[in-house]
Amino acid sequence: MGLKRSEFLFFAWRNRKLRIGVSIVIFFVILAIVGPFLTKYPPNEYVEAAAFPPSKEHWFGTTIFGQDVFSQFVHGLKATFVVGLIGGTIGTFLGILIGFTAGYRGGMVDEVLNMVTNIVLIIPTLAVLIIIAAYLTVRGILTESVLIGLTAWPWAARAIRAQTFSLRVRDYVDLARMSGVGSMKIIFGEIAPNMMSYLLLVYILQFGGAVLNAAALDFIGLGPTNTISLGLMMNYALLWAALPLGIWWWFVPPGLAITAIVGALYVTNVGLDEVFNPKLREM
Amino acid sequence: MSRYLGRKLLIYLLTFFLAVTIDWLIPRLMPGDPINVMISRLGPRNPQEVQLLREYYLKIFALDVPMWQQYINFWKSVFRGDLGRSTLFFPRPVLDIIKASVPYDILLLLPAILLSWFAGNNFGALAARRRWLDNTVLPLGYILTATPYMWLALLLAWALGIVAGIFPIAGAYSFDLRPHLSWRFIQDLLLHWFLPFLSLFMVMFGGWAIGMRNMIIYELEADYSRYLEALGAPQGLIRRYAFRNALLPQITGLALQLGTIVAGAVATEVVFAYPGIGNLIVQAIQNQDYFLIQGCFLFIILGVLLANLLIDIAYVIVDPRTRLGMTGEAA
Repeated sequence: MGLKRSEFLFFAWRNRKLRIGVSIVIFFVILAIVGPFLTKYPPNEYVEAAAFPPSKEHWFGTTIFGQDVFSQFVHGLKATFVVGLIGGTIGTFLGILIGFTAGYRGGMVDEVLNMVTNIVLIIPTLAVLIIIAAYLTVRGILTESVLIGLTAWPWAARAIRAQTFSLRVRDYVDLARMSGVGSMKIIFGEIAPNMMSYLLLVYILQFGGAVLNAAALDFIGLGPTNTISLGLMMNYALLWAALPLGIWWWFVPPGLAITAIVGALYVTNVGLDEVFNPKLREM
Repeated sequence: MSRYLGRKLLIYLLTFFLAVTIDWLIPRLMPGDPINVMISRLGPRNPQEVQLLREYYLKIFALDVPMWQQYINFWKSVFRGDLGRSTLFFPRPVLDIIKASVPYDILLLLPAILLSWFAGNNFGALAARRRWLDNTVLPLGYILTATPYMWLALLLAWALGIVAGIFPIAGAYSFDLRPHLSWRFIQDLLLHWFLPFLSLFMVMFGGWAIGMRNMIIYELEADYSRYLEALGAPQGLIRRYAFRNALLPQITGLALQLGTIVAGAVATEVVFAYPGIGNLIVQAIQNQDYFLIQGCFLFIILGVLLANLLIDIAYVIVDPRTRLGMTGEAA
């Protein structure tokens, strides 16, 4: 913490985990942006012979309906990043708002917020998402992302609260308070800079969590009704007997991409943690 | 101890209250009217029939009384164990259907959770600060914990079920068998159980192994470890102390992971058509069986609360600080 920018970049580049993680994520981001231009087939159109294995014409083969799997894949990737971005941002924002307020104010405010957090934390997110989504007849990626973000904040709030607690009683914060610096100035001038690294880690985990949650929701048939996503691809593959028919190219790419993206995010997180916290660096 | 558990119990009671309220509220807040959906599915031919059906449904679902009355009635029926009747499996009561599914959830989840926790923790502790093991276990752990449950389930079903043909990939037992106590049935049950168990086990294992590995590294940096080291204590002893201290957050972690485990169980059960509550709730959604959805939600919450309570009791047994009234780290 408290690293200079150049110093940060130096350690960041030296960290192998960070290099690997960031490279994988960037690779998939580029694929999600460029991919749709690489294929001439719309994702949901029936273009070719059914259940065609991967070929030069169809890189990832076709589905049982003759849709191009590669086209579905790259469009699904885009949806994945949208969900991660929106869901992760909302989840992190709420987590910061609630956790920070509780940790900084302390006392009664903390008691109440902490109680609420603990209660919401127990209720399984997916169960709530299931019953909300079950009653929404038309669902888009945006609705899904917002719902995921709105239910994902509790653990972040708890973690940020604990972090704020420990920062609030540091000597330099006391010193600032004693010299009559205003609350807002203490929060943004003294505490926030020391929390930035931590918040970045929280955001990455929220992003990954949103991606996994969306995949689960889509897979059980409660995802977006109007587009394609990676979870939906696996859902269709299971529903239309890709397993017994051996159409592995239908369900392997979407799951592989999610695993790679989320895994890379986790590894990035560990790498960042090591950069911020010298104690953890490999000896 | 009573203060610690009392506080927890209060939170669980409030959680249950909130969950029941959500269960009641969400269908009423949502755009669109479930009753309209049900009416349109019956395909009435004229407005008179629509009106008749609407009145009928309003009456049997007790929607013809004021909101507050509906809410109180909902609570009453929850306590009576009356969760309504399923439309999908009409006329079976929701409670009966759920009761028939619960044993399969226990059969699947209890071993998967406990064994993965046990194995993951021991493996992670073994790997920490051991270069060769760490370099293999750590990446593997990250890949496993990032894997969506249903994808691993699909892969296992395809590889071991279809290609290798060793395991069946659907149901809890063969279609030509009825549940009864015989060697043949138990064998069949276990054969169907193995793949869903394995896929849940593997994903969870990754998470526990990484968590423990990181905790041990933190603990080995702690003052007491350094002190022991300076005294010349053997590495094995220091590691044993570190393991016991690292275990506490892993127990709390188990409680925090329950939500994710529920999600994983639902997805896994869907892949293998395993007849637990996860599979049931998805079927209920596909068929817009609202009472069944509500009932499944309540049971999932009850299960999670019960698991939380058991974990708390385990925590009190393991961590003496909670018994002495020092609440320890988890409040």
